[in-house]
Amino acid sequence: MNKEILGILLTYGLTILLAIPLGKAIARWLNGERSAWNAMAPLEHLIYRLAGVNPAEEMNWKQHLKALLTINLVWFAYGFFMLIFQGSLPLNPDGNPSQSPDLAFNTVISFIVNCDLQHYSGESGLTYLTQVFVASFFQFVSAASGIAALFVLFRALRSKVTHQLGNFWVFFVQSITRILLPLAFVVAVILALSGTPASWAGKDSIATLQGDSVQVSRGPAAAMIAIKQLGTNGGGWFGANSAHPLENPNYLTNMVEAISILLVPVALVFALGFYLKKQRLSRVIYAVMTVGFVVLVSLAVSQEIAGSPVISKLGIAQGSGSMEGKEVRFGAAATGYWSIVTTATSNGSVNGMHDSTMPLSGFAQILDMMINAFYGGVGVGLLNYFVFLIIAVFISGLMVGRTPEFLGRKIEAREMKIAALVAILHPLLILAGTALSSHILVHHPGAAWAVKPGAWLNNPGYHGYSEMLYEYTSSAANNGSGFEGLADNNLFWNISCGFVLILGRYLPIIGPVAIAGILAGKKWTPESAGTLKSDSYTFGLMTFAVIVIIAALSFFPALALGPLAEYFSINK
Amino acid sequence: MALQKNKTGLFQADLVGTALKQSFVKLDPRLMIKNPVMFTVEIGTLVMLAVVLYAAFTRDHSQGSVGYNGAVFAVLLITLLFANFAEAIAEARGKAQAESLRRTRQDTPAKKIIPVGEITTNEVKLVSSSQLQLDDRFVCEAGDVIPMDGEIVEGIATIDESAITGESAPVIREAGGDKSSVTGGTKVLSDRIVVQVTTRPGETFLDKMIALVEGANRQKTPNEIALTILLASFTIVFIIVCVTLKPFADYAQTPITIAAFISLFVCLIPTTIGGLLSAIGIAGMDRALRANVIAKSGKAVETAGDVDTLLLDKTGTITIGNRKATHFYSTDGLGEKEFIELAALSSLADDTPEGKSIVELALQNGVNQRRDPAMQFVNFTAETRSSGVNLPGGRQIRKGAQDAIRNMVTKAGHSFPDAISSRVQSIAQNGGTPLVVAENGEAKGVIELQDIIKPGIQQRFERLRKMGVKTVMVTGDNPLTAKYIATKAGVDDFIAEAKPEDKMNYIKKEQATGKLVAMMGDGTNDAPALAQADVGVAMNSGTQAAKEAGNMVDLDNDPTKLIEVVEIGKQLLITRGTLTTFSIANDVAKYFAIVPALFVASIPALQGLNIMHLKSPESAILSAVIFNAIIIPLLIPLALRGVEYKPIGASALLRRNLLIYGFGGIIVPFIGIKLIDLLIGLFL
Repeated sequence: MNKEILGILLTYGLTILLAIPLGKAIARWLNGERSAWNAMAPLEHLIYRLAGVNPAEEMNWKQHLKALLTINLVWFAYGFFMLIFQGSLPLNPDGNPSQSPDLAFNTVISFIVNCDLQHYSGESGLTYLTQVFVASFFQFVSAASGIAALFVLFRALRSKVTHQLGNFWVFFVQSITRILLPLAFVVAVILALSGTPASWAGKDSIATLQGDSVQVSRGPAAAMIAIKQLGTNGGGWFGANSAHPLENPNYLTNMVEAISILLVPVALVFALGFYLKKQRLSRVIYAVMTVGFVVLVSLAVSQEIAGSPVISKLGIAQGSGSMEGKEVRFGAAATGYWSIVTTATSNGSVNGMHDSTMPLSGFAQILDMMINAFYGGVGVGLLNYFVFLIIAVFISGLMVGRTPEFLGRKIEAREMKIAALVAILHPLLILAGTALSSHILVHHPGAAWAVKPGAWLNNPGYHGYSEMLYEYTSSAANNGSGFEGLADNNLFWNISCGFVLILGRYLPIIGPVAIAGILAGKKWTPESAGTLKSDSYTFGLMTFAVIVIIAALSFFPALALGPLAEYFSINK
Repeated sequence: MALQKNKTGLFQADLVGTALKQSFVKLDPRLMIKNPVMFTVEIGTLVMLAVVLYAAFTRDHSQGSVGYNGAVFAVLLITLLFANFAEAIAEARGKAQAESLRRTRQDTPAKKIIPVGEITTNEVKLVSSSQLQLDDRFVCEAGDVIPMDGEIVEGIATIDESAITGESAPVIREAGGDKSSVTGGTKVLSDRIVVQVTTRPGETFLDKMIALVEGANRQKTPNEIALTILLASFTIVFIIVCVTLKPFADYAQTPITIAAFISLFVCLIPTTIGGLLSAIGIAGMDRALRANVIAKSGKAVETAGDVDTLLLDKTGTITIGNRKATHFYSTDGLGEKEFIELAALSSLADDTPEGKSIVELALQNGVNQRRDPAMQFVNFTAETRSSGVNLPGGRQIRKGAQDAIRNMVTKAGHSFPDAISSRVQSIAQNGGTPLVVAENGEAKGVIELQDIIKPGIQQRFERLRKMGVKTVMVTGDNPLTAKYIATKAGVDDFIAEAKPEDKMNYIKKEQATGKLVAMMGDGTNDAPALAQADVGVAMNSGTQAAKEAGNMVDLDNDPTKLIEVVEIGKQLLITRGTLTTFSIANDVAKYFAIVPALFVASIPALQGLNIMHLKSPESAILSAVIFNAIIIPLLIPLALRGVEYKPIGASALLRRNLLIYGFGGIIVPFIGIKLIDLLIGLFL
């Protein structure tokens, strides 16, 4: 077998091998069983005491959401002021300037919402202070917010008729102390040992082979890179992200990082089954997600390995596949795989230039983010999936002749309204955003803005359209990667993407948590032979069909004008 | 089954005529707005009308030719009419069914009692039934048609209810007790009764039912609302898809005609289920009505599909009517013939069905005893709990339950034979009811009465079990007998020696664990339980209180009707689910028909997406909208009849329906659109 393919299979295999025990461990601690996790208890209790939180207080779903939204708002204010004054604050050895308010708005929002859409380059756009105490800090807390929201869902699905769904602060703190910190520590050590900088010193100066002197940015990068992957954040220390040799030095670190991206989202799927004692349900959810993931990976990897038909027509051999925008140390297959891993999980870190991938790979990447539930971001991926699952339960419940119910609770108008709202939101944000930018570009190309709309796109035609579509899709999915041809650091893109980010983050958290909270308070009906089995593969197929028809097909016309048109044009 | 009983053609000519007329009436936007999916289609149709007029008057063909736009407009209009027709024909059928029941009671003369003075020397005055008010009293004598629903306050009568139930055997109704209710339209065959009107004019169950079907009072059920929300949200998604397509197309420098936009939109939104949704709901109630069950609301029918536990009375549901004598067991020293004579003598005056069956069985054994004026009959009293006869020769023959006779025997100073005790025991264990016969204070033998279990009832319970419904038998029998019959009939649980409050407690217990319970009842003492049950079916012969308490009334008084009601409820939900699936699955093919057609003129490369190889963009769009329109009438029969329910377990059922309506829903439009395109290609 091809060594490159083998590398991918090995990476994915290791991910699952690690995810299953991690899921089991998470379920054990959520169940209150004693385990190695308890070593963290003193630290956690110290945090609760300092924060004045009573960990024994039980919250209903509304209190959970209130806590989540309040703390996020506090962070927003904190981060915003740090960024617009960072130039004058300490820990700035390279003398980087403060951010403009619109860029700071976009940056803070995108880090809080676990997106890390970076309209700047890390080396010059942030200082060590803001890299660590804003960017990295947010990477921990935004990931923990998502996981804590998911734990509310876990709790709601397990208990019979209750409004007491645990304590948000406990879920939140424990997500950091028990999942993110320990894992990040391990990954950071591996990265640091492999050559990623972990130093507070400023730029280094080296002499190149040609004898020039080059300034090389560095900093305490290893720690941030670990959490950027594990928390499906994606915001890198360096502008080139994980394609940068210091951020991702070799094939081994590439594997470790790729594993880190998928690890927690997949582990949480298994944790659901272990926690609810419904492992079949987990397996079915995992299978549905994996089928979607594998289809997209196969598409991207095969496209990248095959190379560009345009170059082939010129009679040039492409033995190593399409290498434009890729790092030689990773190769075409590993980059193709990474591009789907990162778009599947709302991570958004890249180890190659997505803008340069083949049209169908770009298609797969965009589609992956449009669906945003094949594993998905930490915590939120499963919440997104839950919305599709509720819709699938509703339709298939009817098909077996009962009022639809999920795990013993009836799905009625109110839950349907919320699920429908969340399902509509994603196409609305992506399509309306892209429509707005297309409209401005076509009808007002010469508007007197800092960057004229006519100059937004690096590429004309279908690919330029794909760049805009990608940007809004990435924002709505809280992904953070980009087709980097787009000139996105300006008022229009910073603000419009900022709002898409906020809506794309919080509504899909509020919706599923609300549904779960309402369901938990409902009458519980035991299963009978006539009840829909939500842990059957038939039902899994139904969920898959709902995802494909609702989430994917609504974007068909948009995709046809972008990547599909490009594909058919170069493959004539 | 009663379902077959009333089967008529789906499309009777007169009904179709009414429905066609209604299809146009329903185009009124004020009515249309209740159905958000079809309302958006109506707006699209109006826009197309404007485009046609614009193209016709200005000769500006940038939006396509007048013919093409006119064709799209016509197809959209037809789509609307088809959807309206589906609802109208369902309404017409329901109304026709209800009318045929109502016709029986229109303007019957009523002998109204006019109270005169304090002392009731009442006058009887002939008035029209429509003039009767609540609490009025009227008299009915042999040959009279009962003008109005009511309760007998005086007298007893035999009544022919065949007009309502279709059952020709007359029934007895009398004042007091559980059989005091009479229904308007039925006929008194003998005797004289005084009836008090229990409903206001126009508010009988039938009137309510007709109003429900007609739509004036039809409220969407919770499930219908939830589904409408889902369908509306799909519609909104597709509005977003179509509206944003305009700037996208501007960017790609691909002009898209208004006809193409609207066609894409109409094809993508779930018009199939949107157009059939209310028809499915009406048809569900109509199916209940055809089974002679009057549902007080659409919700009641739906809830029936969710029932987890079914409480069934033993008598009439599980067993045929009453117990029958099956064996005579004499004690040693008494010839069998002699004992049979004793048994027959003891039952000569016993008018209960059990007593009659003893005389019959004796006759079959060649013992023919006849009444004799010299005989002195002793009736059953609550005190002695036995009955019998005193013969002229001084012989005193008594028959009764074991403990009653044992008392009598020991009082007389005799011993109760062990052989009889053990016989009594073994009969009870086998589900029989033992009756002991004594002569002059000496126990002589035992008569065995047995319940006859209805043929085929085991299969019906098996079917219910596969649906996930638990069956519970309610009986007044002792636990031993009850257990035997329960096992033999295949019910899951039983309540023995049941008192009315036991039913109530059982229902509450089941509901506490989250289950939905259905029961059937007739008596006043059933009323609380009927009200407590999630689905309470009252028999039409039952008391007014029972009928008020339940949420359905069974005109046939057939205790097995519950099973049918559950299936009707499930069928209703399944029909909704499968047609929704079908409708959404259709979108796949429609995307592949229309999307390439939109862009192919400016981006020829996208011909690659035209996997159906449709002839031209115009023919592709027309084919898609035509398919979208004709699928509605094609599915009307399915919507009206309901998708067949198969009790094969939820997982197998989902697999089956997903295969037929999901996978089928993806494949069928590919074939349909291609065929229509080939046809259109002949003309274009």
